[in-house]
Amino acid sequence: MPELLIRLNDAAKSRVLTLQEYFVLAGKSLRFIFARPFYAQDVVQQMDEIGVKSLGIVLLTGMFTGMVLALQSSVQLKTFGATIYIGNLVSASMIRELGPVLAGLMVAGRVGSGIAAQLGSMRVTEQIDALNTLGTDPIKKLVTPRVLAALVMLPVLTIINDFIGIIGGNIIASFVVGVPTTQYWRTVWTQIAADGFALRVIPNDFVQGLSKPFVFGALISITACYFGLGTTGGTEGVGQATTRTVVTSSILILIVDYFITQILLSVLTYGR
Amino acid sequence: MADEPTRRSSDQGRSVRAAIRRELAGDTPAPETPRQTREPAAPRAVVEVDNVSLAFDTPVLEDVSFHALDGETVAIVGESGTGKSTILKLILRLLVPDRGQVRIDGEDITSLTFDEALLVRQKMGMVFQGAALFDSMSVFENVAYPLREHTQMDDDEIETRVREKLEFVDLDADQVMEQFPAELSGGMRKRVGIARGMANNPEIMLYDEPTSGLDPLTTATITKLILKLQHELNVTSVVVSHDIRSVFRMASKVALLYDHHITFFGTPEEMTGSDNRYINDFLGGASA
Repeated sequence: MPELLIRLNDAAKSRVLTLQEYFVLAGKSLRFIFARPFYAQDVVQQMDEIGVKSLGIVLLTGMFTGMVLALQSSVQLKTFGATIYIGNLVSASMIRELGPVLAGLMVAGRVGSGIAAQLGSMRVTEQIDALNTLGTDPIKKLVTPRVLAALVMLPVLTIINDFIGIIGGNIIASFVVGVPTTQYWRTVWTQIAADGFALRVIPNDFVQGLSKPFVFGALISITACYFGLGTTGGTEGVGQATTRTVVTSSILILIVDYFITQILLSVLTYGR
Repeated sequence: MADEPTRRSSDQGRSVRAAIRRELAGDTPAPETPRQTREPAAPRAVVEVDNVSLAFDTPVLEDVSFHALDGETVAIVGESGTGKSTILKLILRLLVPDRGQVRIDGEDITSLTFDEALLVRQKMGMVFQGAALFDSMSVFENVAYPLREHTQMDDDEIETRVREKLEFVDLDADQVMEQFPAELSGGMRKRVGIARGMANNPEIMLYDEPTSGLDPLTTATITKLILKLQHELNVTSVVVSHDIRSVFRMASKVALLYDHHITFFGTPEEMTGSDNRYINDFLGGASA
């Protein structure tokens, strides 16, 4: 029995230590955004890697999600003779939830795994130690540019994802369901306006839809860097770090999405 | 040393020592002989490891002490897994000892903050076992990295310095500068690693297994390079190596690590002349 307690104690300590290390890494990487030297070239390179190179997969995801959303809603709405409201459903779903979450999951899969594999390889081939010995802080050089790039690029990808998703819905609404394009876009805007405005100017849907990818960007990049930098055990360790990154960041996105939604729904005044 | 393992007979140890003495006497060309102590008025210790102990889950180092005087090359030898590379990490202050001090130029670095340690590391150049070149950068960018990070040199000055260092390590700068590490052979990567380590003209060079995994000819080339660095630039060096032949060519002093302790610290001649059974066994095994 005491042995079991000792094991539980060790396991608990290990978890707490992991959390502590994660938050220390997060704190340092965010703090270094404002500290010299700035690795501007690295940030631009990572923006290209995280943002531009993810564009294809995000466009594809957004387009087909919008299309399938319109298709499914049309079946239900047809029973009430309310197919003209497809635009409301597609815009609310895409902007508030599906746009940020799907962009986050896609980036976690494509970029998170890439970051973990790259930093993991650098760890096992002593390149991280080399940075240290050359007088460079690896967090400043490797983690901060990736976090900053993800913080900027994920909201951008989400906006594109939302827009393309709504266009996908438009295609199905027009060509399959028979809702005129003008009517579709009118209902899209009606829905955004009906959900109210923060500070009288910014649509509540936009506040919700753009605050999430900002947080997801931080989660994905920090998680990937954490597992990448902590890689041990050679190439097998690199594989494990990659898998852990994708699984952990995907789960975190879904859990954190719920809490952000809960908080924003209680803070933002909807329907005014 | 009472319970040390017996691996070779004393006779075999004596013959090995004799062979090494012969090599020390005849095989090393005069200009490369490293053990001739320069004649500083008062040799100062540049690297001092003083009663250092370190344990992770189990003890790694216990009361380890040695020093490298200005311009000396100290080689740390010992069996695999005895903590030789750990000593380099302590000198670089990538690790902090549980007890004892590590002093660089007389300054205790164990109590430095992370940022202060980054500054101290700029005095040192490190050559890693696998070279640890940044594989996303070209050879030029690798060697230029410390210059871009820590100096105000302009692009022309950096290129001149990079060319100079690449030529110092016998590489054709025009040919290799734009190549990436993956395109280089093991020996070339090591040489680029040395060029990067010395780019900032450090006063201390640290080498972790500089000749491991190389063929005998490339091993000899790398050993000569280290000697050249020592002779021409008077750099203080600490070398971790399994290659006893290279060690005896380049080292002013040898530190033998066994059972978490330094069991021998002295010149190669003193080492070969020792009657210590473990040293004989180690030399016999290393030469076998």
